[in-house]
Formats: sequence, structure tokens, C-alpha cells
Amino acid sequence: MTGRLKSVALALLAPAIAIVLSILVTTLVIAAVGSSPGEFWSTMFEVPKPRLRVDIVNQTAMIYIAAVAAAIGFRMGLFNIGLEGQYTIASFAAASFAGAAYLGGFANVIASLAVAMLVGAAWSGIAGLLKTTRGVSEVISTIMLNAIAVTLVGYFLNNYGVKEGNTVHTKNLEPSSTLGGFSPFEDRDGEIWALSIVALLLGIGFWVLLNKTRFGFDLRASGQSESAALASGINPKRMILISMMLSGAVAGLIWMPALFGGARNYGTSFQVGLGFLGIAVALLGRNRPVGMLFGALLFAFLSVKSNDLTFGTDVSPSIVQITQGVAVLAVVVTYEVVRRWRTRLEQRAVSRELTGTTAGATS
Amino acid sequence: MPSAVDAVQLRGIGKRFPGVVANHDVDVTIRPGTVHALIGENGAGKSTLMKILYGVQRPDDGTIAIEGEQVVLKSPTEAIEVGVGMVFQHFMLADNLTVLENMVLGAEKLHGIGDGARTEIRRISDRFGFDLDPDVLVERLGVAARQRLEIAKVLYRGARIIILDEPTAVLVPQEVDALFENLRELTSAGNSVLFISHKLDEVLAIADDITVMRRGTTVGTADPATATKQELAELMVGSELPSPETEESTVTDTVQLSLSDVTLTDEFGRNLLSDLSLTIRRGEVLGIAGVEGNGQAELVETIMGMRIPTAGRIMLGDEDVTHWHTRRLREAGIGYIPEDRHRHGLLLDAPLWENRILGHQTRPPSSKGMFINRRGARKDTERIVADYDVRAPGIDTPSRALSGGNQQKLIVGREMSGDPVLLIASHPTRGVDVGAQAAIWDHIKRARRAGLAVLLISADLDELIGLSDTIQVILRGRFVGTFDPAKVTPQDLGTAMTGGAA
Repeated sequence: MTGRLKSVALALLAPAIAIVLSILVTTLVIAAVGSSPGEFWSTMFEVPKPRLRVDIVNQTAMIYIAAVAAAIGFRMGLFNIGLEGQYTIASFAAASFAGAAYLGGFANVIASLAVAMLVGAAWSGIAGLLKTTRGVSEVISTIMLNAIAVTLVGYFLNNYGVKEGNTVHTKNLEPSSTLGGFSPFEDRDGEIWALSIVALLLGIGFWVLLNKTRFGFDLRASGQSESAALASGINPKRMILISMMLSGAVAGLIWMPALFGGARNYGTSFQVGLGFLGIAVALLGRNRPVGMLFGALLFAFLSVKSNDLTFGTDVSPSIVQITQGVAVLAVVVTYEVVRRWRTRLEQRAVSRELTGTTAGATS
Repeated sequence: MPSAVDAVQLRGIGKRFPGVVANHDVDVTIRPGTVHALIGENGAGKSTLMKILYGVQRPDDGTIAIEGEQVVLKSPTEAIEVGVGMVFQHFMLADNLTVLENMVLGAEKLHGIGDGARTEIRRISDRFGFDLDPDVLVERLGVAARQRLEIAKVLYRGARIIILDEPTAVLVPQEVDALFENLRELTSAGNSVLFISHKLDEVLAIADDITVMRRGTTVGTADPATATKQELAELMVGSELPSPETEESTVTDTVQLSLSDVTLTDEFGRNLLSDLSLTIRRGEVLGIAGVEGNGQAELVETIMGMRIPTAGRIMLGDEDVTHWHTRRLREAGIGYIPEDRHRHGLLLDAPLWENRILGHQTRPPSSKGMFINRRGARKDTERIVADYDVRAPGIDTPSRALSGGNQQKLIVGREMSGDPVLLIASHPTRGVDVGAQAAIWDHIKRARRAGLAVLLISADLDELIGLSDTIQVILRGRFVGTFDPAKVTPQDLGTAMTGGAA
């Protein structure tokens, strides 16, 4: 029992150190530029207003979906930096499809989600194919595909979009295809989008896939040791392609809660940057479903709350990005340190176990 | 040696890692101005010893004396300071920099980074016949020139004792000759070379002295003027260990595995395996003897479906499995004990019970349909831990924490699960202690009695002779002889392994 307790404590050690470090660094930076850290932290830690609370939940959902998409790649040892491009092009495709209203009502929503996943998977599949057939690093190809996706979407939007004043967007969703949400507070505070539930389902699905299925085992094995995976009968190329496409399919869903919840079209309301936030949160949460949930919540909280800084203090809201960045860096470093320390502890435990039974060396 | 002070004296060097003794009681003496060869099979402890001499790792016991001075080396920098330099098997060069830039990188203080350095490089290059142009980009250099650059780098930093880790592994025969010319120039100028290799021909051609390592310690020295390849091979693999005695034959008439004229060609069109044919019957152990690097690894990977043969046919029972991939072969009942357990046999950071699943993902008790059967896998891991005497605190311990012998017992237990019809055992007892070795031998013998067909690859000739029903000798990708282990001696095998001539 104490062993279990100890391992939980060890698991929490790294994120705790990381958070303390990032608070420390942020404080130093604010002090260095001559603002008041106290003012900053009191604004940040103030209980958010109901409107912001709703925002935080919605943002958490989208960041979490992005994190799951990134984590699928990471667990396999793939660095899918292309989430950004994948969800951009998938969101545009899904918004166009939904706006065209080939189907009515809820069927339209489901079909559009399928379109988003297919387009996301196809886009990441390009990088997967390049890697398996030509050995092109997915890091390079996905970065390039990001740029191509943005350009392509811009081109189609300008040529086929609906012009409205200075802005262009895809055709608005029919009212029957927009999904209501859930207003926990007063109506003016906004709604938690219905499709935020997708994040929860993906989190559960990710956990089941990873820990309970053969595919998940193959994925983790490939990520831990490519050579051992090969010798165990896993086809590495097939795994790369499948996991890359799976990551892209999930990435396709990132912005869907917003599309069907509030935005109703792909245009100026499209939120960029969620893909990169997802990568950061996957690192922060160590690609674990629960860890990433806390990471997504933390990042959403910081991002949303930073808006308060504009009115309340003379600290720039951008300072929050430093906090986020340091948190990620610190978590990566401290996890590695804690991991090595743990390995040593475990080896010592084994040696202790064996003293007396063999003449094995203990140190 | 009467007058000159020894270049290097290693006395009683010992190094322990958790659960493994990597080196113990190692004694090596390198005379100045000589090429000293250090030979031994993989895993004999050569690389640990090199790392100790180059300051990468610190010994737990023993002393190091360089040119008569006792030294304690805490880092490669300190090793360089006392004149010890090392050229690794994998070159450490920046392709997009010039020869000059690579040379001065990290040694800017010695001769600057301009003409001073250029002059010094030319001097070294001319003196030893390295033929290096300081201003050529490294990416334009061939493998042999890169190696000369690596050696020059070490000399540039003032090394007088140069460690070369398997320098000929990457070279073609002509380049090897050229390298040996360079080495002779080096030693005639008073430098000493520690030459690590397991290619006996080359060692005999270049070395002035030979030290042999086995199982972590130095087991003898030889004089290249009088020693034969056979004697060296015997020293390397040993023949005084307790022999694993076969009992009466259990060979049946049913052929379990047959290869006919299997050929495997690499991307350059060279034959790695040429027209190999073999049959293994149920209850038979076929041993493959050979000096390492003669196609054993490729043979195993071909049978395991990790490589697909260029020509020929592989039959498992009465099914043609030539084009099957690993998973299908494993599902058909092939167990596989890989040569390198860390790279191919284990997920080091995963707990024991997850390692039980590895390679058995698609079969009970590890899985049920598309799902992993956690309870089944854990229960079966408990069984393996008990039956195969795997010493571990529990099945949730990561496999990394186990000693080599216990890791190997876990792998053997896993590969024997699920009633395999064929076992591919590649160096099954390499790097494990004597107790684990005996246990693994027993398990193989028991399975053989129960009708298992076994392909055994080993560098330990006693193991081969003791366990096999038939021994085939492999040399440069071909079978060059079949022996009856009841009648063959390690000497006979050694002769065949090195190409006939004694």
C-alpha cells in the first residue's frame, strides 16, 4: 500500500516542480520588466466570472482534443507538428460541407464530423505516406503541410466563400444544424458547447485504445522500442501510417465544438493555434489521458484569464505565454530527472530483493 | 620488457553495473610503439574496458598507469590530457564542415583555427600518409578518409595512445591494407595502438601483441607470430566450461522447418546468405557455428520474417512460409530468443507482465479478440516468474531493473509459452551468469524431449556441442560443413569456422 502511495507521490512530483518553476520564472520576468508580480498573480488567481468560466470549459475541450491528437503520435514516437494544418483544412471542409446542407438537422452534424475526420486523416496521411515510402521525416513534412493547408484554405475561401463586407466565410449553417449548448449561468454568460462532449469521449476512447486493445499495445511498443516491436511481429510502416492518420482524424475534430456551437461558419471566427497548444499540453500531460486533462484546463484557464490583465493591470496578457512555455519545458526536464531517479530506486529495490538469494552485485 | 616504460598498464580492472559484472580482474599491458589487439566475442567486456581507459566510465577496482604514471581518469578530456585518444566505430564528424573545422572543433586553443592549425594538419597528414586536405568538406570524403580524419583528430589533440574500436568493420579489404600501413607509420613514430576486433585474420596481420577477453575478464595473451586463428578462436569462446551434455537423441522423422537454397541479397547486390539449405525435425536441435558476422543474424532474421529471402523457399511443417511476415510466423508457433535482448527482446521501461505480451499480442492468454487480456497476461507472467526462476520483486517491476540473466529467463519462459513448434535461439546464454545458463539449457533440453524443433546459434562451442543433434558451420553466408556433435571437437569446428586451413 505504501508502495502505491509512493509511486503516486513520485508521479505528482514532476508536475509540481514544473508548476512552481513556471510561477517563479513568470514572477521574475514580470519583476524584471518593472511591473508588479503581486498584481499579476492576484488578477490571475481571482475566481473567474461566469462568462469566463464557460469560456474556460469550451477552450479546455478544444485544447484537449488537440492534445489527444498529438499524444497518439507521441506514444508511437511520431512528432505530428501538423495538427495545425490538419484541423485548419478539416474545419474548412467540414464547415463547407455543413453549410451546403446536403443533409438536414442532426444527420448533417454527424456527416460533417465524418468529413472533418476524413480530411484530417487524409492530410496527415500524406505525411505518413511520405515517411513510409520515402523516409521523409514527419516533422519536416507536417510543417510544410501546415503552410500548404493555410494557403489552400485561403484560396478556396476567397474564390468560393460568401463575401460579407470586408470578410469572407463559408456558408452559414442552417439553424437546424446548429447545436444548442448548456448554459450553467445566465444566458448572457454563454453556453458550454454541446460538442465539448466529444473531448470527453475522445479521452475515454484514447485511454481504452491505449491500455486495453492490441492496437494500443502495438502503438506503445513501437514508441518504446522500434526494434523490439519489429521482432515481436509489428509491421512498423503500417503502424506509422495508421497512427499518423488516426492523429489527423482526431485533429480534424479540434474546432468542431466551436463550429456547431457558436461560429456557424468558417471565417474570421476560426481560432488558430489550437494545434500547437495541443502539442504543448500533450507534453505537459505526458500523453496520459488524465494528465492532459489537467494540462488542457491549466492552459485554457491561463489563456482565458489573461484577458483580465488588459483591464486590471499594466502587465501584458502575452506574459501568460511565458508561463505556459516554462511549464512545458520544466515538465519535460523534471520528468526526465525524476524518471532516472526512479529507475535507480527500482534497481536498488531489485538488488535488495536479491541479496541473500544470489551473490549478485549490489550498489 | 626490459628498458622502455609500458605505454599502458591496466591492473585488476573491475566494473560492476547493477546486477551485472561487466569487467573483473582485467590485466592488459601495452608496450610502447606497438599495435596491441584486444579480441573477444560481443559482450566479452571489450567496450566497457575501452570506456574505462578513455575515461567515459570509472572502474570500481584496479589501477591504470599511462607511461608509468598512475592516473585516475574522470572524463575523456582527462584521458586526452595524459595522451589517450579514441576513435569510435561510429564516426563523430560534422558533414557540413571542412576537415580543418572538424579538426579544430573543441581544440581551438591548440593551434588556433587558421593557418597554424592548417600547417599542423598538413604535418600530421604528411607524416603518417593520411592524405587529408584541410579545406575539403567532410561530406565529400569516403569512409576510409573519414576514418583517417578521426585518427588525425586524436593525434592533433596530442594522443600517443590510440584506441581503435573495430576500425575495419566499415572498410573494404584494400582500405584495410591502407589503414594497416597508416598504423605501422604511427607505431614507428613511437605511438601505441589498441586495436579492438574480432576478425582474427586482421588481428594476426597487424598486431604485435594480442590479449583475449571472455566473460568480462582477460583470459590470456598470444603472440601473433606463433598463434593460429584456431587457438585464438578457442581462447575467445572457451572450452573448459562445464559441458551441457546431451542425452539420447529425441529426433523424429517429421520435418518441422526446411530451407531450400535460400539466398538473401543486400541493396548493393551482395549476397548475405548464399544457397542455404537445412532441415530441422521435431525433437531436433540444429546448431549453427560460425565466427560472428558470417550471416548468422541474417539467417535468423530471414527465418523470422524480418527479411524476405531474394530466392529459395522456407517451409514450416508443410506450409510455404517464404513470404510470411514475423507476426504470422509467430502465430504459427515460432518462438524467438533474440541475440540482443535489449534491442529485440524487451520493452525495458515496461513492466514484466507487459513484456510477457510482447510478441504474443495476438494469442491467448495475452489477448482476447482485439483486446489485451490484462488478467490473463499477468497470471501467466506469475507462472513464468515461478517456473523459470525469474528473480524480481514483482511482475510490475520494469524489465530494465532486472539483471541480464533474469531478463533472459523471462524471455525464454515467454518464448516457450503457447506450445511453440520451433524455437529460434540466438546466443540464448550470452551475458548471463552460470546459474541462469544451466537453467536455460535445461529448459531447451526439456522442450526438445517434448518434440520442439530448435535452431540454436551460439558463439559458445561447448554449448553448441552439448545441446545440438547436428551442427552446421556457416562462413561468409554459406554452410561449409556438417558435423556430428558426438564426434566433433572444438578444434575441428574452429578449423571449419575460419575457412579450413589451420
